[in-house]
Amino acid sequence: MRSNAPLLFALLALSVPAAAQELPHAFVGARVLPIAGAPIDDGIVVVQFGRIRAVGARGSVEVPAGAKVVEVKGKVLMPGLVDTHSHVGGGWGADSSAPIQPDVRMLDAVNCRDAGLQRAQAGGITTLNVMSGSGHLMSGQTIYLKNKDVRTIEEQCYRFPDGAPMGGMKMANGTNSQQDPPFPGTRGKSAALVRERFLAAQEYKRKIDAAAGDASKLPGRDLGHEAMLEILSGRRIVHHHTHRHDDIVTVLRLSKEFGFRVVLHHVSEAWKVADEIVAANAPCSLIVLDTPGGKLEAMDFDARSAAELERLGAPQLVAFHTDDWITDSRLFLRSAALAVRAGVSRETALAGLTLHGAKMLDLADRVGSLEPGKDADFVVLSGEPLSVYTRVEQTWVEGAKVFDLAIEEDRVWAEGGWGAGLARAGALCCVGEEVK
Amino acid sequence: MFKQVFQVVASLALALPLAAQDLVVRGERVHTVSGAVIENGIVIVKGGKIVAIGNERQVQPPADVRVVSAKVVTPGLVDAHSVVGLAGYLNQPHDQDQHDPTGPIQPELRAIDAYNARERLVEWVRGFGVTTLHTGHGPQALISGQTMVVKTRGETIDEAVVVPRAMIAATLGTASRTKSPGTAGKQLSMLREALLGAQEYQKKLKAAGDDATKRPERDLRKEALVDVLERKAPLLVTANRHQDIVSALRLAAEFGFQLVLDGGGESYVVLDELRAAKVPIIAHAPMARFVEELENASRSTYRKLADAGLTFALQSGYESYVPKTRVVLYEAGVAAAYGLGSERALRSITLDAAKILGLDARLGSLDVGKDGDLALYDGDPFEYTTHCVGTVIEGVVVFEGSR
Repeated sequence: MRSNAPLLFALLALSVPAAAQELPHAFVGARVLPIAGAPIDDGIVVVQFGRIRAVGARGSVEVPAGAKVVEVKGKVLMPGLVDTHSHVGGGWGADSSAPIQPDVRMLDAVNCRDAGLQRAQAGGITTLNVMSGSGHLMSGQTIYLKNKDVRTIEEQCYRFPDGAPMGGMKMANGTNSQQDPPFPGTRGKSAALVRERFLAAQEYKRKIDAAAGDASKLPGRDLGHEAMLEILSGRRIVHHHTHRHDDIVTVLRLSKEFGFRVVLHHVSEAWKVADEIVAANAPCSLIVLDTPGGKLEAMDFDARSAAELERLGAPQLVAFHTDDWITDSRLFLRSAALAVRAGVSRETALAGLTLHGAKMLDLADRVGSLEPGKDADFVVLSGEPLSVYTRVEQTWVEGAKVFDLAIEEDRVWAEGGWGAGLARAGALCCVGEEVK
Repeated sequence: MFKQVFQVVASLALALPLAAQDLVVRGERVHTVSGAVIENGIVIVKGGKIVAIGNERQVQPPADVRVVSAKVVTPGLVDAHSVVGLAGYLNQPHDQDQHDPTGPIQPELRAIDAYNARERLVEWVRGFGVTTLHTGHGPQALISGQTMVVKTRGETIDEAVVVPRAMIAATLGTASRTKSPGTAGKQLSMLREALLGAQEYQKKLKAAGDDATKRPERDLRKEALVDVLERKAPLLVTANRHQDIVSALRLAAEFGFQLVLDGGGESYVVLDELRAAKVPIIAHAPMARFVEELENASRSTYRKLADAGLTFALQSGYESYVPKTRVVLYEAGVAAAYGLGSERALRSITLDAAKILGLDARLGSLDVGKDGDLALYDGDPFEYTTHCVGTVIEGVVVFEGSR
């Protein structure tokens, strides 16, 4: 939800955010799915200063005096969705010069006014891990975004405790990253190139350690090695594209050799090596496709991977993603629903859209469940989350409404229509107009 | 009426031996599509055709015939436009026969010469209740070739085919642009020239009459386009931008061919024109990626087409990448949820699809005399968490399980 009128914009910037944060809002009467606890049939959620203040059943939670009461009876209220793997924002990270480019940041590439972010709001997605594609062994640093309306990317990115923009590292194996030299041509070469790069980073670290704080002895700054060190230290999680069973096992092997934290992404054949995944305690950010194939490494995709991990006692390893534009951000709920169709429980499916994903981004202290103190990121749904007939009616981020299906200008992001494919600043001029 | 039908069934049952194409299908809810939903319905298929349908009081199933049951039964789904069977799931050069890039206008390419009946995508969609596919050459060339209608069964094209040549597939917009045609103007110029050439050929054929010595040399390309001019095969024109849709209407008016509009991403801004031309529409999949020429497409289009009184069907369409095909069952569910409603959405992948293909006398609804093609579900077919539990083609169970 964003107006194009500069004056209104200025007024909003001056007044609304502060006011919205100070005034407590109480959402009353919905079926509340806190994810961190059992569903509450007639619930109350109180938010203030962009955070959740209280969650509970009617009668057990006090509505603060002077609070703005929002009646949501008949609706379902659940945490904002966490998309652990998205390509919205129109950004490209690494270029074609090399297969491994840890120095490149999506921070420097994302268009924060891209229509894809608006469509993600319309799908209830409030947190995204935006990354480069899988055409590289390592295509650069991902960026974790809070999906609120912003003027610059600086306002949108989550931050590490030291204030640096927060994200992981995108890696890939399998077929997408095999190309003409200098890219690898085989799986063996792919792994060898990655190992060499990690060894080089370890060597760089040895030099830094040996300098023992003596600036004259420090090696020269190397952006790539510095990012690699953030992987080796565990600060930056590797988000690893991998589909085929042998490719998945290769990722686990490399992760063990170098000790990096990894989230497996797509994992089309997780169902074939679920035992190994569970033994390695490797979180899986799963894609859910309508049809197997489309490329060789996805030929044995099966939506039952989530169910298989759950069956082995590891539901916490299950999350989902859109991979937008592979699947549509506006239908993210559908991905979890199709996993239920394939056998996973509804409970795991819903956690896989929210809390489990938040954990895979080191953001579970802030988002992913409705608990006091967490960010006031939530969605209001017309009904049961995993029904085809349910619509996302409202999306709230840090206590501010960013999407409302009842508003014509917002509806276009949910359904499409004239101007829906354009960046938001250019699009809103045309909403509702017919072209003759 | 049902009683009479049952008497017919009874006499047939006595007269004929038990055959592989005999089956009784029971459903707690049977969606006939042509009529009301039947609670606790029974459909009797004999020799591959529906011979009786009704509730338990109206229809008595014959003994010794296999019975399959499900919560919900619908007609077998008809995917109004696909490339499945020409396009394979691996998406490698060897399994992509829906587009030959060597020429912009190749209406002589027959779908029957390119269909892989054992392709995994055929098996895949069959497992969701799809029994009929309108498939063939894809929306990637100005005229990419012919389409056909098949049932999703058989190990060869001959066992699958229903209509060997259904339509001739043309495409406007950027999808069919190469070095030449490289613009919209050139695309229309080339189409007009090809149709004018076919008109000349048609004149020579007529002038020769039965005199074989005077006939022009056989020209497969022109023969196919003459059939378009003579309305023996519709021209299926994929157009999504409003200006391309209007161009297709203009072309159809000039040459008098039967136009079926495919895609129609911006059809909602030219509803009056489409209504005036009485053009049936095979509308883009609601989950097709709304990029490039679908950037203004909308999931509310279907409701607008319905309200405008237009005939339309849904399709799985063509996808160049993951997923290699969409599933019309899923697509119709999304259309239903975005304003079309379940009843009309089901019609758009059964009876209305059959109508546009000219096969509604045989397919698309559960009526006596029609093919015994049915889909079985364990709940509302459109719900994400419902499973297809059976697919029947002409009385033969071709899928059993839970998908």
